[in-house]
Amino acid sequence: MNERVPVLAVDNLNVEFRTRSGVVKALENVSFHVNRGEMIGIVGESGSGKSVSALTAMGILDEAGRVTQGSINLGGLDVLNAPERDLQEMRGREVSMIFQSPRTALNPIRTVGKQIGDVLRRHGSANRQNVRAEAIKALMSVRIPDPERRHDAYPFELSGGMCQRIMIAMALSCRPELLIADEPTTGLDVTTQAAIMDLIKELAKERNMATVLITHDLGMAADYCDRIVVMHAGHVIEQAATAELFASPRHPYTAKLMKATPHGEGSLDDIESIAGGLPDLRAELPPCRFSARCERYEAACDMPALIADEVSPGHLVTCRRPL
Amino acid sequence: MNSNTKIRIIAGRMLQAIPSVFGIIVVTFLLTRALPGDPAVYFAGPAADEKSIQQIRESLGLDKSLPEQFLIYLGDLVQGDLGVSISTGFPVAEELWRRLPASLELTLLALIFSISVAIPLGIAAATRPNSWVDQLCRLIVTAGVSLPVFFTGLFMVYIFYYILGVAPSPLGRLDIIYLSPPPITNFYTIDALLAGDFEVFWAALAQLILPAITLGTFTLAPLARMTRGAMLQVLSSDFIRTARASGLTRSTVLYTYAFRNALLPILTTLGMVFSFMLGSNVLVEKVFAWPGIGSFAIEALIVSDYVAVQGFVLAMAILYVLLNLTIDILYTLIDPRVGLDG
Repeated sequence: MNERVPVLAVDNLNVEFRTRSGVVKALENVSFHVNRGEMIGIVGESGSGKSVSALTAMGILDEAGRVTQGSINLGGLDVLNAPERDLQEMRGREVSMIFQSPRTALNPIRTVGKQIGDVLRRHGSANRQNVRAEAIKALMSVRIPDPERRHDAYPFELSGGMCQRIMIAMALSCRPELLIADEPTTGLDVTTQAAIMDLIKELAKERNMATVLITHDLGMAADYCDRIVVMHAGHVIEQAATAELFASPRHPYTAKLMKATPHGEGSLDDIESIAGGLPDLRAELPPCRFSARCERYEAACDMPALIADEVSPGHLVTCRRPL
Repeated sequence: MNSNTKIRIIAGRMLQAIPSVFGIIVVTFLLTRALPGDPAVYFAGPAADEKSIQQIRESLGLDKSLPEQFLIYLGDLVQGDLGVSISTGFPVAEELWRRLPASLELTLLALIFSISVAIPLGIAAATRPNSWVDQLCRLIVTAGVSLPVFFTGLFMVYIFYYILGVAPSPLGRLDIIYLSPPPITNFYTIDALLAGDFEVFWAALAQLILPAITLGTFTLAPLARMTRGAMLQVLSSDFIRTARASGLTRSTVLYTYAFRNALLPILTTLGMVFSFMLGSNVLVEKVFAWPGIGSFAIEALIVSDYVAVQGFVLAMAILYVLLNLTIDILYTLIDPRVGLDG
């Protein structure tokens, strides 16, 4: 594949959820892309639309969700218009996803080896005869000690960190072009978190794989990602290379988010919380969904057609009054 | 978990069944003694005097103290002797043994009917919530729980025998024009097949269909509802999302992943449903003149034949314990977590 063509390109995506209490405008004009060998971080509070973006890209959005606008191109496949058969072929082979709480993300009554084997056999990477050997190989690739024995273990017999390694082994077993990691370290203890992230980074590098890391932890995204996409209330409000974003955040929300993230040096007193909460996405919303929480708000912010500005190459900001 | 620990867990469950069986023996013994009416008076007849009643009482062992009676009963039980039915004059064990296949054949067919309708219906309803299948499922569940068994039975007989005339007369296991097949299992349908006699097979099956559907309709409702609920819950769980994200086919996700997990609550419901069936059997057998143990028990109860009633209750209870044991064992085989965290 050409280096210049992104593995995943999401363009102008709108997603709505129909609920009993109204239509939730979960995503609006969301655009981002990932290149080969690149790791991007999608950062935002809970409910900002990070996971919805990922699930839509995989074509496994909940039935209540509707894509009302936009396009998703995944390795040349038009995800939103492709037949379900093609999407099934794609999942697990071209693109894989790992989730938070790995112990509940695995089938509790099937051995982990068999679950990996199911994926291998589904995508033709193994047959009945060699499936066990191939699954053990997959376990070895994520450095699980004693893979022969672990193959026959059930998720409840393994630790959370071990289950996440299994998830990674399963996700990468068919050598996908893209890995989407949705809060992969939530629910794990801190030392395990670092080990899991290091493993993902290392395997991604080894295979020249594109990675999307979804996290609410800006610090973690800074440590591992080449580029960061900041989301707020269903909008992408800023995206830039990690160094550039941290050197000069242009969106007021990004700046606030950084002040709210603890650093190695600096005391806890330096941490500032962001006032207010996410707006109700069922209501009529202003063009800038951060305006109600923003200190730099003025009347001009309510003018429609707010679009992303490229303030420097590759650095996009969606704000009328950037910093 | 290796198969050795599994065998140990299963053996442990079997041992646990022993105290339940003993408890059942004590309770049925006491309960039948607590029934109103004095069997000695009943059997002595209206013309009997005090002396002959006392004689009958002694011959039945009713003059002894309760603990003594219990020990005698227990001693007989160990030898497989459930006593002699006062009303029919035959040993109760023999009566039950002769009638049990009729009841089991009916109950099992009803269960097969019930499972084969309820589970696909529940799965279809869960995979397409609020569709017409889901509405149909809801309708059947409501109808199933609100129609009493004797009503469904009589209704069926009225429609299919009296009005349409497609069903044979609801009088027992086989129309009198046929000879019963050579007894091997005492399940008429199976025996007929073993004997290669298809005419008798169809005749026996025709007799079975209405009572089995009657019995099955009643148990279909809780089963379909539980299947739908369990499937909905499992389908929304994290590991199903993982399976879909891995590109597994719809059928693998639905059956290998979702249904096997949903099977655990369904099995529990199946146990309960079976006990409903044992209860409703009595009514259905009465409506369809089925010569099973249910109708035997009703006749015995009416004439205060407590030896027979006691034997019936004990047989049912043991059947129920065996069923629960089977379900526990199935649980252990399906769910690797069983036995380790409880």
